[in-house]
Amino acid sequence: METTKIVENVAFNILKQASIYLPEDVKQALTQAYAEETSETGKTQLKAILDNIELAEKHQAPICQDTGTIIFYIKAGAKAKNLDKIEEALINATRKATKEIPLRPNSVNPFTQKNSGDNTGRYIPFLHWEIVSGDSLELTVMPKGGGSENVCVTGMLVPGEGINGLKKFVVDAVLKAGAKPCPPNILGIAMGGGTDIAIKLAKKVLLRPLHEPNENPEIAKLEKEILEAVNMTGIGPMGLGGKTTVLGVHVDYAFRHPASFPAAVAFNCWAARRASARINADGTVEYLTHKIKW
Amino acid sequence: MAVYKFKTPISEEDIRKLKVNDVLYITGTMVTARDQAHKRALDYFKQGKPLPINLEGLAVFHCGPVVSKEGEQWIAVAAGPTTSTRMDIFEDDFIKNFKVRVVIGKGGMGKKTTDAMAKYGAVYGAFTGGAAILAAKAIKNVKSAEWLDLGMPEALWVFEVEEFGPLAIAIDSHGNNIFMDIQKKAEENKQKIYQKLGLSP
Repeated sequence: METTKIVENVAFNILKQASIYLPEDVKQALTQAYAEETSETGKTQLKAILDNIELAEKHQAPICQDTGTIIFYIKAGAKAKNLDKIEEALINATRKATKEIPLRPNSVNPFTQKNSGDNTGRYIPFLHWEIVSGDSLELTVMPKGGGSENVCVTGMLVPGEGINGLKKFVVDAVLKAGAKPCPPNILGIAMGGGTDIAIKLAKKVLLRPLHEPNENPEIAKLEKEILEAVNMTGIGPMGLGGKTTVLGVHVDYAFRHPASFPAAVAFNCWAARRASARINADGTVEYLTHKIKW
Repeated sequence: MAVYKFKTPISEEDIRKLKVNDVLYITGTMVTARDQAHKRALDYFKQGKPLPINLEGLAVFHCGPVVSKEGEQWIAVAAGPTTSTRMDIFEDDFIKNFKVRVVIGKGGMGKKTTDAMAKYGAVYGAFTGGAAILAAKAIKNVKSAEWLDLGMPEALWVFEVEEFGPLAIAIDSHGNNIFMDIQKKAEENKQKIYQKLGLSP
């Protein structure tokens, strides 16, 4: 098969995997949260979430009706062929997925308010490119829900406050978000670089599995500390009260300008969807996050 | 925590029986409306134009569903709630003008809506966000699709539902609002959290 056709098929498959099946680490975290939640209303919400995950798999339907804005992360081997055709293949896969899975058309022109009807439009699906060594192509898709997107924040902190300023920024963001981002959430936190770099890193770090803390023990400690703190808010599942407000926290950073301390918090809803696959130069495909055969 | 099962059209008298933390299941007609449909409905009201459906006693659902068409029939594939706070700017007039009795969504609504619910007799039923297939299973029939020019998520979908729920009554018609209570408590916990993190207030 032609490379571009393979890319289109694989992109369609990971879109389908992501939309219907939650990654195992997210399912496990929700199951554990259900077992540990002490609020009666909170438990009802988690039960509905777990039931819904099962129903989506059984009926092969998208977990949530908000099938998100489609974002692709591409790790392109410098020696991979036909890189100029990838964008078109990903757009085609998005159109096909919208029609066949089906996905909700979520791409609206901000001037005319018209929905394109197929999840494509200017810059959408959005493609993040990274050039790596080798000749393979790794595709990751993150269908990102609007409810959790609406509470993402970037800010310029005071450098003199250091990490304490960041902690405060995150707690305040969670309190302000309240019930809106469909808690229990996953938080991607980043600092440094600049506002654009911080939010880009914050969103990308959401791709990290929940059971994988940062490899730097100091940052892993910060992740744990923030997780425990934000779960003291009592916001709980769906904001109806309880101890599970956040399932996991991931932190990343870039070096900062001496005068600036940019920070960003990216929220993901409990339906934290992601799927990845690697296409090797010989055309073979490995699905990296989901073990489902198609 | 009492469990109620109501059929549409729902009377003001019945709606006033509900208290926060009760659970409600609805059978009958439910109409989806998000930002754009709320805006258009209120514009129509101002101009004296009738809506495609009389909303009195019905449930309005903050939802942009995934639907597919099989022949001439629409099927609701996934239909969970969207964040209701965006509709706060419209909902008091919406309740007042169209006499809807139940507003369904996620994330709760503010004081203006809570006051309108107390005044005109309506409740807010929270459905678990993201539980789109659970919701779709209770939708027995898509009766009609109106205002499709607004796009699939924003159109006005008229659903026939059977025991749609569980809806956690989070705002009742007596001025109580669980979301505002939880948010207030969370704010009160803030100093405790700051202290744990070693932050100055």
